Amino acid sequence: MSAALLEVEGLRVGFGNGTQAVRGISIAVARGETHCLVGESGCGKSVTSLAVMNLLARGAVRTAEGIRFEGREIAGLSEREMGKLRGDAMAMIFQEPMTSLNPAYTIGSQMAEVYVRHRGGSKAAALDRAAHLLGRVGITAPGMRLAQYPHQLSGGLRQRVMIAMALMCDPKLLIADEPTTALDVTVQAQILRLLQELQQELGLAILLITHDLGIVARMAHRVSVMYAGRVVESGPAAELFGRPTHPYTHGLLACVPVPGKIARGEPLGSIPGTVPKIGPGYSGCAFRERCAQAMPACGAGDVPGREAGPEHRYECHLGADWTARLATGAAA
Amino acid sequence: MLIFLARRALLAMLVTLTVLTVSFMLTRLTGDLAIAIAGPQASQADVEIIRKAYGLDRPLLVQFVNWVTDAATGDLGRSFFYQEDVTKLISARLPVTLTLGLTGLSIAILTAIPLGIIAAMREGTLLDRGIMTIAVIGQAMPSFWLGLTLVIIFGLKLQWFPISGVETWQGFVLPGIVLAFSAIPALMRLTRSGMVDALASDYIRTARAKGLSRAAIVLKHALRNAAMPVVAISAVQLGFMLSGSIVIETVFSLHGVGYLGWEAIGKNDFPVVQSVVLFLATVFVVLTLLADLMNAALDPRLRTQ
Amino acid sequence: MRLPSVRLLAAGLGTAIVAIVLVAGLLAPWITPYDPFITNLDARMIPPSFMEGGRPENFLGTDQLGRDYFSRLIYGARISMLIGIATVITSGLIGITLGVLGGFFGGRVDDAVMFAITCRLSIPLILVALAVVGLVGSSLNVVVLTLGLLLWDRFAVVARSTTMQVRNLDYVAAAWAAGCSQAHILLREVLPNIIHHLVIVATLEMALAILLEAALSFLGLGVPPPLPSWGLMIAEAKEYMFFSPWVIMVPGISLFVLVLGINFMGDGLRDMLGAQRDV
Repeated sequence: MSAALLEVEGLRVGFGNGTQAVRGISIAVARGETHCLVGESGCGKSVTSLAVMNLLARGAVRTAEGIRFEGREIAGLSEREMGKLRGDAMAMIFQEPMTSLNPAYTIGSQMAEVYVRHRGGSKAAALDRAAHLLGRVGITAPGMRLAQYPHQLSGGLRQRVMIAMALMCDPKLLIADEPTTALDVTVQAQILRLLQELQQELGLAILLITHDLGIVARMAHRVSVMYAGRVVESGPAAELFGRPTHPYTHGLLACVPVPGKIARGEPLGSIPGTVPKIGPGYSGCAFRERCAQAMPACGAGDVPGREAGPEHRYECHLGADWTARLATGAAA
Repeated sequence: MLIFLARRALLAMLVTLTVLTVSFMLTRLTGDLAIAIAGPQASQADVEIIRKAYGLDRPLLVQFVNWVTDAATGDLGRSFFYQEDVTKLISARLPVTLTLGLTGLSIAILTAIPLGIIAAMREGTLLDRGIMTIAVIGQAMPSFWLGLTLVIIFGLKLQWFPISGVETWQGFVLPGIVLAFSAIPALMRLTRSGMVDALASDYIRTARAKGLSRAAIVLKHALRNAAMPVVAISAVQLGFMLSGSIVIETVFSLHGVGYLGWEAIGKNDFPVVQSVVLFLATVFVVLTLLADLMNAALDPRLRTQ
Repeated sequence: MRLPSVRLLAAGLGTAIVAIVLVAGLLAPWITPYDPFITNLDARMIPPSFMEGGRPENFLGTDQLGRDYFSRLIYGARISMLIGIATVITSGLIGITLGVLGGFFGGRVDDAVMFAITCRLSIPLILVALAVVGLVGSSLNVVVLTLGLLLWDRFAVVARSTTMQVRNLDYVAAAWAAGCSQAHILLREVLPNIIHHLVIVATLEMALAILLEAALSFLGLGVPPPLPSWGLMIAEAKEYMFFSPWVIMVPGISLFVLVLGINFMGDGLRDMLGAQRDV
């Protein structure tokens, strides 16, 4: 794991009102791979992505055993030091392309700004690079777009601009927080394809935050499933989709309609119940109230971490006999 | 965009015409002007002479049409007291009022905008509360009393500034400060709320994710968006200041347009009164039109439509 | 969090100030030590009792005509509160009617209301008020009526925008559907739901009216002498202020504290009623 580009260990984020949004999670993103962080809304996945960039809103408290980027500890960096990394070696794009660009400045000025900030040089050189990248992300007439304002562009175009802007300084890591959620389905597919192409071409590592298992299945090399501020299961994508082990992951995948596998008239599944609110002193497994396999041990104390296969880990009281049952299909 | 401006211009014309009517009626419907002008000692014959001389014997409608057509060509009539063209009187007094208004606006902007930004950046802290309390205190200060107090402290005790008159630039400092007080609370509140909204916006998160410096984030990305309404309101505030400067001009004996109006009221010099009302209203209408234009020029969403 | 308590403290202080001034004004004839109109040329310009040269009989000293300053101050409170309340009632009636009609009916009615507001804002407030009082003659009634006719704009703006919000809410639609008359909907459904915004506007306008009355009286075209308006007291004392600054400080600080109190009270109401910040 030492080859990982980004290593997060024991990350916790709390808010002023006592809510624990992220409760000690560890994630590793290897160079050139796509790591999907997946979960329902409110599970802490977006907070995790902001915490890595140290972009949390005021009032949030972040602690971590370690956040290492290219082997360098960045958890204790000052805002100024962190600013040198952001937009340069690590870039980020967001869910809301409509509001993520500043309405008062042209596309060109907003793109050039980040390059001049990190690499220096003239604005003209930066604009050349911006035009090149706009072309690269599939925007026609890039020279004209540079002089346009965000409101003159559609949502899909704006997200392409955001991606091009993130690429200005050749980042090693791109954090994408639900980059396609606000877009039409056809545009979604185009943006996802673009991200895949860019990854192969530039060797970019992507930390992709999403709630959409379809996107995970399509994009991910490695998956971390989050639930109520914990990573409850993680592993290589094929392994995790092939043998979902945590009852939550298992339930989630059971909800995804697969063409041909669902009989006509059969209702689409969903996991009953809601995510509990995690305050100070919460103990036990947060999924227990929605879990069909819940047992008394789930009610208190730490949940043990277990191996389900090579690099495939999950957090649950259910052990070997459960995985054996899953293997025979008896649990379905 | 052009249609929008044309509509605004038409509206401005209609407003001006309405104010024209109001200022005319103001001086006619409140009593017999001829008697008021002639004074209490005048005989009936004197009153009749005055009535004829000023055209007050003609029907009201005729008087009104004459006043409107004359005003449209820049002829505001003659002052009874000064025996001079009102247009001349106003243009002679205008530089003082304009200098005072611009001084006040400059002081207000230079104080209110930095304070508003600081309050927004420290939102919810004691510093924020403290700054906003200044706004409330500024609003509660009676301007004429503040003026007199500043005269006692800085004019009499410390002798830093003259207590009246505008022979030198120092004469504008104290009245400028007093006038600024009337605009500071509104400008400060608007800057603060605009900056609070801007700083919480998605594009500021993007700017931070780009690793921009704190100065660039606050002054370039947030302020630019927060400043749009502030610039527009500044123009409107200048309008309020010019029409409100009457009190301050009186306190500091500055012979500006407001002072002229105040004197004219005391002397029943109605052509001057209605002309000053019309003039100040027109300036205000023009300034609000200017505010719309500036808003359109600053906001690319309006400009490129 | 200690900040909310600071706000609460200010609101309480403001309310207390307003209450004290109101009670003092109401009870003026019974609590003043002297008749505020009786002059005493042998005892002119006596400083307040706590200053050098003061005497215990006149707590706040005497004015240029030997009238007891403390008694005049309390009668002045009466005038300020009277002007403030009466003006707010007049301007509130005009502004709320216009605003609610414009916001409720929209279209042409709203255009007309917006035009009226624009025209009103274009009219130079102090100059026109001065001109009216100057031409009609100064009296308490004229001042109240003039200010009432001029200060309705903020009422109209707020009533209009809040009515527009309320108009589209479910229970108003339900009242429509139930066949209630327009008058019934306006008075029973709309007005009660915007009134808390208007109460806050009322405090702001009351403060403004008190300040404007003082300014008019200061300029000699407000409340006629010998009535002891605080603005008039400052005007009369103006020529003595260089030798005895307290003559303008006493009424000036009173005016400032009262207006500050009303504003604090308004802020407190705003917090309490949860209205928007930008009215």
